[in-house]
Amino acid sequence: MLSRLVLRAAPAALRALPPPVAVGVLHTTRTLHTTQQSLAPVPPLPEKGGEVRHGLIPEEFFQFLYPKTGVTGPYMLGTGLLLYLLSKEIYVVNHETAAAACILTVIVYAIKKFGPDVAAFADKLNEEKMATALAMKNEAVQSLQTAIEDEKKEQWRAEGRSYLFDAKRNNVAMLLEANYRERLLMVYNEVKKRLDYQVAMQTLKRQKEQDHMIQWVERNVVQSITPQQQKESIAKCILDLKALSKSAHAVV
Amino acid sequence: MKLMDVKLGQLGSWLAMRDFTPGGILGAIRRGHSRYYNKYINVRKGGLGGLSMVLAGYIILSYMWSYSHIKHERRRKYH
Repeated sequence: MLSRLVLRAAPAALRALPPPVAVGVLHTTRTLHTTQQSLAPVPPLPEKGGEVRHGLIPEEFFQFLYPKTGVTGPYMLGTGLLLYLLSKEIYVVNHETAAAACILTVIVYAIKKFGPDVAAFADKLNEEKMATALAMKNEAVQSLQTAIEDEKKEQWRAEGRSYLFDAKRNNVAMLLEANYRERLLMVYNEVKKRLDYQVAMQTLKRQKEQDHMIQWVERNVVQSITPQQQKESIAKCILDLKALSKSAHAVV
Repeated sequence: MKLMDVKLGQLGSWLAMRDFTPGGILGAIRRGHSRYYNKYINVRKGGLGGLSMVLAGYIILSYMWSYSHIKHERRRKYH
């Protein structure tokens, strides 16, 4: 379980690359990516490693000796080998042996006691790593999905552009109409002002002429009244008044 | 062809077939390393054996290298 902490990302499949394509004449077309052995998706890691018995001897050795010697074969081989090494003193028993025995005892005891806990901890770390990577992938996929949907929505929106343009055209037409009418009103007002001016001038002229003529006539008449005419007119007025008073007395 | 399939008499000829150039030796080391690595270490639930086999091999190798020194601690009268 110590090797679980040494987990690397590059899988074994990357080591075994396909053989390089022979670069011959430049005119030949190279076929790319036609081999079955492509690099993606990467095959997952194997679940468990090779079996090892007693932490030291691979299982294949036991299987290798099984047909000839059965189950106890490798153990007998191991015992015989050990006794041979000890008796011939190819393995020398000295102070290092005692030290090794103590150390190995402690190590084996520690592994037996804390092994599963450390394994579970390392597995948890691995799980967290995998979970974050998976979450990232899912998030990316999700965001791309929403992007696709938004894009489709935008495309649908773009279909309604004819209505938008109609509304805009109406707006522009209304503006033009309003502007035209405004200018029409302005023209009407200006023309009216000029015509009023002309009319006012004419009436003023006529009035002045009239006043002047009346004054001139009155002045001449007043001048022409001689004293003789004044007396005759007064006498005539008195005679007329008397006649009127007589007729008035007659009516009453 | 693999070493396990070679008969005992053909061992010499098989040995002559191998590639003993520095590049070949390097390739052999690389292949051996990747075989061991991918079998015992580069897995989801690795075990103790993967590391302990390497340590055991190192212990044995260092014992073999220092045997000439340890020889003098044998229990015999005349060394």
